[in-house]
Amino acid sequence: MFNFFLLILIYTGIYALMAIGQNIITGYGGMLSLCQAGFFAIGSYATAILSVRFGWSFWATLPVAAIISALFGLLIGLPTLRLKGDYLAIATLGFGEIVRNILNNWDSVTNGPMGIQKIPMPTLFGLTINPYKKYAFLVMVIIFVIIAYILFQRLARSRMGRALTAVREDEIAAQSMGINITKYKVYAFVLGASVAGIAGSLQAAFSLSVTPGTYTFMVSVMVLCMVVLGGMGNFKAAILGTFIIQLISYFPQLTGLSSVIPPQFKQILFGLILVVMMIWRPQGLLGREEHTYGVKGGK
Amino acid sequence: MGTAEFFQHLMNGLTLGGIYALIALGYTMVYGILKFINFAHGDILMVGAYVGLFVFDLLRGSSPLGTWTVVAFFLAMLISMAVCAILGMTIERIAYKPLRRATRLAPLLSAIGVSFILSNSAAWMLGTQSRKFNYPFDNSSINLAGVIITPHQILILVVSLVMMLALKLFVDKTRMGKAMRATSLDQDTAMLMGINVNKVISLTFAIGSALAAVGGILIALDFKVYPSMGTMTGLKAFVAAVVGGIGNISGAMFGGILLGLLETFGVAVLGIPSGLKDTIAFGVLIIILLVKPEGLFGKVEKEKV
Amino acid sequence: MTILETEALTRAYGGVVAVNKVDFSVESGLITGLIGPNGAGKTTLFNNMTGLDIPSGGKVFFNNKDITGFPAHKICRMGIARTFQNIRLFKDLSVVENVMIGRHFKTGPSETKGRFVNALHSYVYLKREEQEIYEKADSWLDFFDMGQFKNELAKNLPYGKQRELEIARALATEPELLFLDEPAAGMNPQETEHLMSIIRKIRDLGITVVLIEHDMKLVMNICDTITVLNYGQKLAEGTPREIKHNPRVIEAYLGKEEA
Repeated sequence: MFNFFLLILIYTGIYALMAIGQNIITGYGGMLSLCQAGFFAIGSYATAILSVRFGWSFWATLPVAAIISALFGLLIGLPTLRLKGDYLAIATLGFGEIVRNILNNWDSVTNGPMGIQKIPMPTLFGLTINPYKKYAFLVMVIIFVIIAYILFQRLARSRMGRALTAVREDEIAAQSMGINITKYKVYAFVLGASVAGIAGSLQAAFSLSVTPGTYTFMVSVMVLCMVVLGGMGNFKAAILGTFIIQLISYFPQLTGLSSVIPPQFKQILFGLILVVMMIWRPQGLLGREEHTYGVKGGK
Repeated sequence: MGTAEFFQHLMNGLTLGGIYALIALGYTMVYGILKFINFAHGDILMVGAYVGLFVFDLLRGSSPLGTWTVVAFFLAMLISMAVCAILGMTIERIAYKPLRRATRLAPLLSAIGVSFILSNSAAWMLGTQSRKFNYPFDNSSINLAGVIITPHQILILVVSLVMMLALKLFVDKTRMGKAMRATSLDQDTAMLMGINVNKVISLTFAIGSALAAVGGILIALDFKVYPSMGTMTGLKAFVAAVVGGIGNISGAMFGGILLGLLETFGVAVLGIPSGLKDTIAFGVLIIILLVKPEGLFGKVEKEKV
Repeated sequence: MTILETEALTRAYGGVVAVNKVDFSVESGLITGLIGPNGAGKTTLFNNMTGLDIPSGGKVFFNNKDITGFPAHKICRMGIARTFQNIRLFKDLSVVENVMIGRHFKTGPSETKGRFVNALHSYVYLKREEQEIYEKADSWLDFFDMGQFKNELAKNLPYGKQRELEIARALATEPELLFLDEPAAGMNPQETEHLMSIIRKIRDLGITVVLIEHDMKLVMNICDTITVLNYGQKLAEGTPREIKHNPRVIEAYLGKEEA
């Protein structure tokens, strides 16, 4: 059981990165993107292919995974960001499905539905970070989350975060304040995609194999759920939401009740969370992060 | 490509498109009135297919194909339409109505939630295996000058045509249809004009869901019934609605048929591998959104400054 | 000196010509009034000069530079700020944050340096930059005597204050030219009085003001020059006194009210 708890913590870390990305896109930018799973997949496959086929080290694949994901973010973002919320949701959903479709069918590169196995374990200073001995991997994941949290939090608190908020609140007014709205939307998208790509990289290094089945629409909805549950526009809340959702996901295994609880239980619960939160607590558990200015000692 | 082959693909495309069109109508009607995408629409289609399947099997019992099975099929379809209409109205009441004045994202997120609840509940209660929906008639194909047509295809064409015409007449000619159009133009003004907007919205969901049930049953005859059957079909139907100009009923019909034809001809003529067939719809979506975001028949809506 | 000029500016929506070959010019340092009956094309003219709408014909010059069809954010960065007829505040943000957003592109090491340098700068010197933005925003709030509302949400302000906040936000971009679209709409007489003193103060800062307004008392009182639009065309221009006595204006516009 303790082992399961460690597993939950590691997945919380990996998914928290995706939730942080979703939060900058949806929480701050107000855009409903449904393709975190797509970027997650791209990151995973980048690491898998580069390390298995070309013998790259995990650390070398990591930035490449982030950059390729970011490029895809740009690719899907540029044409679709002019669209209103609902259209964007569908377009991104479509993109996520296309990614999975391609992974499933492009046998020569992705090995189709079989996926890629035997991904080498990451090493650091001659030490192997063995995912089977969970502690070292957990520490690595936590470090990634902390770095991402600090970077994104700082971004959100700067004038760039404020500009993104303005775009979410009122695009026309934001434009008239000298803010290039398309640029900021694309930024949010690219950043959100790249951090999901890094999450994908970590996922590949953790499971040591990648298959298209891991990167379904369910994953995108789960990430969305994490942000909605915690509170949109709040990075701490996104991490909290991630933890709760992961706890729910592994609840049957954690309590040894997996034979009693049907496998669909968690998905039904995610659906319920979305509906219930929207009706009774749209701001999420923690609510949006608010800044108070002008109080002595900064903000 | 020979003439016969062309007509063969045309026929296949038209039947596929007819189903997309039926489902697209639900998306477009709801969008026209509430300005949001009912993500759960595809899953209502799945419920419709299951209800149709169960009722049909129950009514048919072990009787051989014949008049009774056809009657039973249409009875099952009617019952399924009624069940889905009620389901659609209930979902609206519970999950969307409280959010009418909320932010734009709220009903969208709620709809994604509903979609998840429906498809996974079905998987939980009915299992994930796919079930065969038996043809209520002898579906052996007819050869018409080299073009192979199945009775099922004729059924699809006739049923979808009748449904669409009925809907078009209803919306254009009846009082309630007029109320519906008024509500889609301006809810507040419609309310001031004495239109019961809640009733109109409920009715919109009822009609859309009933049409989805028909679409679900028609598609199930060829592709079986399973819990996630609504997701991809629903998405494509949505694309059809966007292509035709979302909010526009005739547009949805046209968009559905166009998409059906594009998919069929895309695989047959352009040689797109059938594994990537689903990407055609999204490619079309992205192109249409770039070139003519209001759709082929939609009106440009500009925010008033 | 002319700061802004339109040349046969036209905006047609299908068959409806909302603005029809209008030559509108604004003298630097003055308060210019833009009046006309409802539907005369005033707001459309504003939108076409500020990049929110693209003219179907004609040109717009700002400081002798052709800015026709420039995107709104670019026009704002060049020095034209505006408010809106239906207040468009960032409702769920605090009052001071609204004004701080106005400082968006005015911060950073240099406007000529690349965007990346600027972005990096605000990232590294976050505290300092935020302090700087905050102080500037704060001083604009003081200009409007709104310091006490600083941390209120914009949507919770009384209506008149919301209109003033919108002006404060526009001023935070440090414009040369300020467009006000019906600034006194919905204000009571005291609030209008306060607004008039503010508009004069803005002019005294050296900012050119153009305003659309239906409140004739305000227009006649503070405008140095007035342009009248009717059915999308320019009907007359001149000093308040000339406009008041222009028979065509009286017929088309004032006449209706006094009849």
